[in-house]
This record gives sequence, C-alpha cells and structure tokens, in this order.
Amino acid sequence: MILTAILAIILAAAIAPTLNRVLPALSHWLLALVPLSAALWFATQIPGVTAGTPVLETTSWAPSLGIALSFRLDGLSLLFALLICGIGAFIVIYSGGYLRGHPREGRFHLFILAFMAAMLGLVTADDLISLFVFWELTSITSFMLIGFNHEDARSRRSGIQALLVTGGGGMALLAGLVLMGMASGEWTLSAIATSGADLRTHALYPTMLVLLLLAAFTKSAQVPFHFWLPNAMDAPTPVSAYLHSATMVKAGVYLLARLNPTLGGTEPWFWALTIAGGVTALWGSAMALRSTDLKKILAYTTLMALGVLVLLIGIGSDGALKAFAGFLLAHSLYKGALFMGAGSVDHGSGTREVGELGGLWGKMPVTGLFIAVAALSMAGLPPLLGFVAKELIYDEVLRSGHYLALAALLLANAAMVAAAATMFFKPFLGSATKAAEHAHEGGPALLAGPGILACLSLLFGLWVGLPQGLLGAAADAVRGAPLDLELHLWHGFTPALGLSALTVAVGLGIYAGLPGVKNALTGIQQVTRIDHDRAWDCLLALLDRLARWITGWLQDGMLHRYLAWIFTGILVLLGATLAVRGGLVWPGISLEIEDALGGSLALLMLGGTVGAIRARSRMEAILSLAITGMSVALFFLLFGAPDVGITQLMVETLSAIILVLIMAKLPMLPPGSDRTGAAKLFHATLALGLGGVVSAIMLAVLDQPLALDLSRFFGDTSLLEAHGRNIVNVILVDFRGFDTLGEITVVASAGLGVFALLRARMGKRGRS
Amino acid sequence: MMDSLILRTGVRLLLPLMLLFSVFILWRGHNEPGGGFVGGLICAVGFALHALAFGVKAMRDMLKVDPRSILGTGLLIGILPGFLGAFSGEPYMTAQWLGALGTPVLFDIGVYLVVVGAILAMVQTLMAEGDE
Repeated sequence: MILTAILAIILAAAIAPTLNRVLPALSHWLLALVPLSAALWFATQIPGVTAGTPVLETTSWAPSLGIALSFRLDGLSLLFALLICGIGAFIVIYSGGYLRGHPREGRFHLFILAFMAAMLGLVTADDLISLFVFWELTSITSFMLIGFNHEDARSRRSGIQALLVTGGGGMALLAGLVLMGMASGEWTLSAIATSGADLRTHALYPTMLVLLLLAAFTKSAQVPFHFWLPNAMDAPTPVSAYLHSATMVKAGVYLLARLNPTLGGTEPWFWALTIAGGVTALWGSAMALRSTDLKKILAYTTLMALGVLVLLIGIGSDGALKAFAGFLLAHSLYKGALFMGAGSVDHGSGTREVGELGGLWGKMPVTGLFIAVAALSMAGLPPLLGFVAKELIYDEVLRSGHYLALAALLLANAAMVAAAATMFFKPFLGSATKAAEHAHEGGPALLAGPGILACLSLLFGLWVGLPQGLLGAAADAVRGAPLDLELHLWHGFTPALGLSALTVAVGLGIYAGLPGVKNALTGIQQVTRIDHDRAWDCLLALLDRLARWITGWLQDGMLHRYLAWIFTGILVLLGATLAVRGGLVWPGISLEIEDALGGSLALLMLGGTVGAIRARSRMEAILSLAITGMSVALFFLLFGAPDVGITQLMVETLSAIILVLIMAKLPMLPPGSDRTGAAKLFHATLALGLGGVVSAIMLAVLDQPLALDLSRFFGDTSLLEAHGRNIVNVILVDFRGFDTLGEITVVASAGLGVFALLRARMGKRGRS
Repeated sequence: MMDSLILRTGVRLLLPLMLLFSVFILWRGHNEPGGGFVGGLICAVGFALHALAFGVKAMRDMLKVDPRSILGTGLLIGILPGFLGAFSGEPYMTAQWLGALGTPVLFDIGVYLVVVGAILAMVQTLMAEGDE
C-alpha cells in the first residue's frame, strides 16, 4: 500500500501536464486528490502504529543483489508521510492558484508530484539502497523545482548550487550506508537498528559517522553547508513552502532521527550535532533579523528551526526527543502556512519587501488572519502548538543542564518572536503604502492551504491530545525504545514558562530596536567577512578551470592522439592486471601447423597486417585491414562457429564501407608531429605492446581447463525451455535477453549519437 | 556516391537477394545459425551498398521511412513484449510461447530493426555530410 501510494503519486505526476492542458482551471484540485487520499490512508494507520506495530511491505527488486523495495511505517515515518502528503496536497492546490495561466503550470505539477513521491519513498524506505535512491531522487527533482524559472540565470545558478551541495552529500550518504551495511551485515534500517551497540564500537564507526553527518548536514543546510538554502528562494513560492515546511531540508533531519538509535548517543555524535545545530540556529536567526524580504526571513527562520531540530537529536535524551517530535510538527504547520501566506501577499500586492508593504489588513483580511495565527505559533505563544513545542524544549534543556544550548535557544527563539512580528505588524497594520492600493485577496486555491495549516496549528495547540499519540510514536522511533509522551497546553508556573515570558520580552525588544539590531548584525558580518556565495563561485570557477585544463591536455583535437591515450590506458590496465594476478605463464600448448588451410589463413592475416602498416594511403590501409578481418571470419567458419563467422563477415564489410565514407572526408595529416621518428617509434611500441598483452591473455585463457558445464546446461535446456536448437541465438534472445536489450540500446544510442553529432557540426557550419 | 557500372549492376541484382536472405537468416536463427543481429547486418550492408552505388537520396527514397524510425520501432518491439509475462506474474522478459510463436522471436525482430536502423542512420548521416 505504501508502494501503491508512491506509484499513484508518480502516475499523477505523469498525467499532470496533459490534465492541465485539458482542464486548466480544475487540474490542481483533481491532482491534489491523489496525495490527499494517500494522506487519508496514512491517517488510518495511526492507531496501529501508535499501538506499536509498524506496517511492513517488501517487494523484490534486484533479488540477486539482495536489494528489495522494502518499506516500513513506524511513528517517525508516519509523521513525515502525513506531512508530505497532507501539506503536499495543499501545495498542489495552492500552486494551481499561484501559477494560474503560467505556460508551464502542468510541468510544475509534474515536478512537484515527482518530488513528493521521492520524498515519500525516502521517509518510508527500510532498505538502505532504496533509501539512497529516493534521497538522490529528491535532490534531482528539487533541482528542477528550484530552477523552474530557467530563463532566469539566478534561478539556474541556485538550482545547480542546491543540486551540487545536496547531491555531493548524497555521494557521502551512499558511502556511509555501504559502510554501515558492511559493518553490520544487514541492509535494512530496521535490522541495523538492533545492532546499534555493535556499530557504535565498530572500527568503521568514525568514518561512517562523518559520511552520514555530511549527507544529513548538506541536505538540512546546517552550517557550513547552509548557503544554498536562502538561494533556493529563487524557486516559485509553492516550492519554497513545500521544501521548507515538510520536505527536502527536513530529509537530513529525518536521516539523523532515523539513525539516532543506531549511531546516536556517543560523544562525537553529541558534539557534532549540538554544535552544528546550535550554530545554525543562531546564524539563521541573525540572518532572519537582517532580511527585509518576507521569503528570505522565512528561509532563515527555517535554518533556525533545522538547527534546533538537529540540536535536539544531538542531546538525545527522552525529553529532547519528545520536544523534537513536537517542534517538527509545529514548525511544519506554521512554516507551510506562513510561506503560502507570504506568497499570497506577493501575488496580491506585487512585492515581498517589508519596507514597501503596509496596510494590507483592509485588503487581505483572510490572508492576514492566517498569517497572524501562524506567526503566533512561530513566536511560540499560547494557545498554539508552537508554544507547546517550545515549552517542551525549554523544559528539557533546562532539566538536562546544557546552559550554553539554553542560551542559544533563548536568543534564537527571541529572534523568532521578532521575525514573527515583522511578518505581521508592518505589512498588515502599518500605514498603507503604494503596494496596498491595488492589493487584493487571493482565491480559494490560495487560501485553502494557509488556512488549514494555520487552523491545525491552533487546533493541535488547544487540543494537544489529538496529535499526542502520533508524536509519541515518532519519539519512540527516534529513541529506539518506547517512552511516554504527555502533552499539556498549560503545565503550571514552571521555569520553562518564565523562560517563555523572557523570550517574548526580549523578542519584542529586538523588534522595537530592529534598525539598531540590523546595524549591529551588519557589523558582525563585516568583522567575520564570510561570503559563502563568493567562495562557492570561486570553487566552481576553479573546478571549471581544472576541468578545462585536463580536457585540453587529453583532447587536443587530433584523432590519433585520442587513440593513443585510449590504447595506452588499455595497455596499462590489462598489462598491470595480467602482471599482478600472475597471468604471465607460457601455456602448455604447442604450435603445430597441422592444417594447411589454417596455416595459409594465418599467413593471409599477417600479410594484411603488414600491408596496413606499409600502406601509403588510407584506402590502401583500410583494404589491407579488411583482408585480415575477412581471414578471421573464414577461420570462424572453418572451425565450427558459423554464427560468429557470418557476423564477422558482415561487420568487416560494414566497417570497410563506413571507414571509406569517413576516411574519404578526413583531411590529410599535417606533415610533422606524428611523422617524426620518435612518434613512429612510440606508435610501434604501443601497437606491439597492446598486441603482445592481448595475445598473452588469449594464450593464458587457452591454458585454462575448458569449463563445459555451461555449454552442457544450455545444450540440455535450450530446446526444452526456450524451444530453439541454435544455442547461440537462444542465449542471445532468451536466457540472456536482458543483456541483449542493453546491447541494442547501446547500438541505438551509437546510431543516434553519430546522427546528432554530425548534424550539430553541419548546423554550425551552415550558420557560419 | 561511386559512379561505377560494376557496383551499380551488382547492387541492383544483389540487394533483393540480400534482403530476402537477411529475413531468411532472421527467421531460421532460432534453430540454425543466424538470428536478428546477423540478419540486420546483412540487410544494412545491402542498403549501404545501394547508397554507395546510387547515392544516399536514392537509398532513402527506396527505404520510404527514416532510419531513426526503424531504430525506434525496433527498440519498442524489443522492450514491450517483455512485459507480457507480467500478466501471469512472471519477471520482466520471461519468454511467453504460443505454439511456434514466442516473445523471443519478437525480440529478435526488434534486434534486427535496431541494427538496420542504427547502421543506416550512421551511413545516411555520414554520406549526407559528404554531399554538402
């Protein structure tokens, strides 16, 4: 059923462009039904999962490699799956309203649904390899989403940046997962989770940890890999809303949470996560305060939230994990609502700059209301879910005595209060600006998403018993053992409540003195002078130059030098393998010329070769080579391999024809460089060396005893099972038909490649 | 294009025979030496020789379809029948037989068409470039 849900969303993605063409006004509502029904199905699984029985599903994928498409739905996966499908459905609806009339609306839905399917697969995958595949799929699909406005150079750059950073992390993930699989001997997450204690003392643990943290930190934009996230804002707003609230960037957090029972609880884990998380949270809050663009503010507050989530996993105590689950849900809800609300403001008024916004309350009251509710949740005020989550965090961090973390959290939360105030007060209640004149309320598609998410923030806050079971199950999954979670909106006059009050006070203070704070932060930034974007550009430029240098060195445009490189490579690899593996033995076969016909064919081949070497013109060389080739074909025909013989004959004929066609057009070689004595000597050495190594391999192979069991198997079964008497052909089209399919695909690509390459050249010449 | 009387006369006589032979080779491949790959090669050699003798335009006129369409059709015929087994729950490309007719034969035809299409696409492009 999990796989069905994923496939259904992929199917919806596939039909999205067509559906959009046929029913432009309705397509987003219809498409949203798919993730919505998936979300409903996931919702029906809540009772079972909270009772402690995860849903398991396995479909065989590549059984010979031990890879299966196995899925597992425990509390953590279920919480994520619900967020992905639930928020995803509203994002689809919202984007239909936001991109109304956009020429590529259908394609947008295709991308976002494909991304949704990848994300859903990622959080439910139990098999390590499927986890990696889905992880990479999220990177690729998000690349398409971020670069959706591909005419814009900035969008393209941001898309590539996100792809390179998160894709690079994906490579680390693969290595880390493979190490984990090797160390534990298990290839499913659930099986590995039971061998956590062994893994944590394993010799490979440090390497594994570094690789997996690299993957999670790049994906979740932890400092110092945070720079791609604010740039990803160049994507259309629905994408940002989705990436930031429920998906993509939370994938890294998901990975850390998922691995916590296996790899967590050690000193390196604790320090890496708390430091990265704490710094990210502080950095994000500081940058949020400096920003004046509504979307940028939200993007940086996401950094803060991600930092806090990572910090909580790093602390890893029962209370911290409860707070993790609570804050995860609270953040997803309010961030989704705020992003969509900010998009509506942009859509309605034409700007997202706080300075240019004001007095929108009269024009966009509904959007304003939803933003206000969600902003209250972000600020952590009662009676919203954000408050409950923040109390859990304070309570736990205070109890466990991580005072440094507490200070960081206090500052970050105060910054959230100020950011929340910035989101609402000036744009909606401030004095009316020019932007407000023509501002207008969005349609139902634009209001549905933020409305429902804001309402859920409020509902879950007032009635905390509602999400309690699921959040408890999620915390259990991160803990790896049951713990009990009880949520209260009001838990008396506690120190945590005092901290909350302090947070609000500090936050409002920051908001009141915002210009001063901004200046101070600018000062800090000037002191540190870290411009990640410029560093990134330099890195890419450097890579570019290196690649160009290597390419220029290896591929200078002279065909014979390409061939020399290729043949040198083959010679070195084959020769080294032969020497290292001890294959250089003189075989025990004697060279007797018993057969006059065979002997004369061999002479003919030699003659052809000599002719090719001595040839004065290309045509002569081709014909001489054809003599050699034809003699080989005759050899096959004589010694009982008619299939190979005919094929060789045809291939020889064709290569002669094609070579003639090509050679006739090649320019004469310039005299000089490759005609000197030294060049000739090099070519002769290369040719003799390669020929010698290949001959040595052939002789070494002949020396091996012939294994007949395969021939016997095919001989026995080919007529019985494949209804054919020609074993060669039966192997090609039946027993190993899949290989043949691969081969004809290569043949097809080669044909099309020649066509495309020459056409491109001709086109260029035609234009010049 | 080669303006040679011997080549032209030879090709005129040989091409029909080669086409016939290539289909024969394709058909008998399951039980005797032959098969889609060799058959396709023979067919492609025939057309390539024709193009050499009469020019690439004459070849295209005779062929009626673009080699790339042949290639695509072949690839589809190679890929699609593999799914037939899925109806009885068998893995992709499990052979299905209906008397003497089976998916391997279809697959072989796909191989034949891919080989013909790919080689003729190359020959055609290479020769067309020379014409300009």
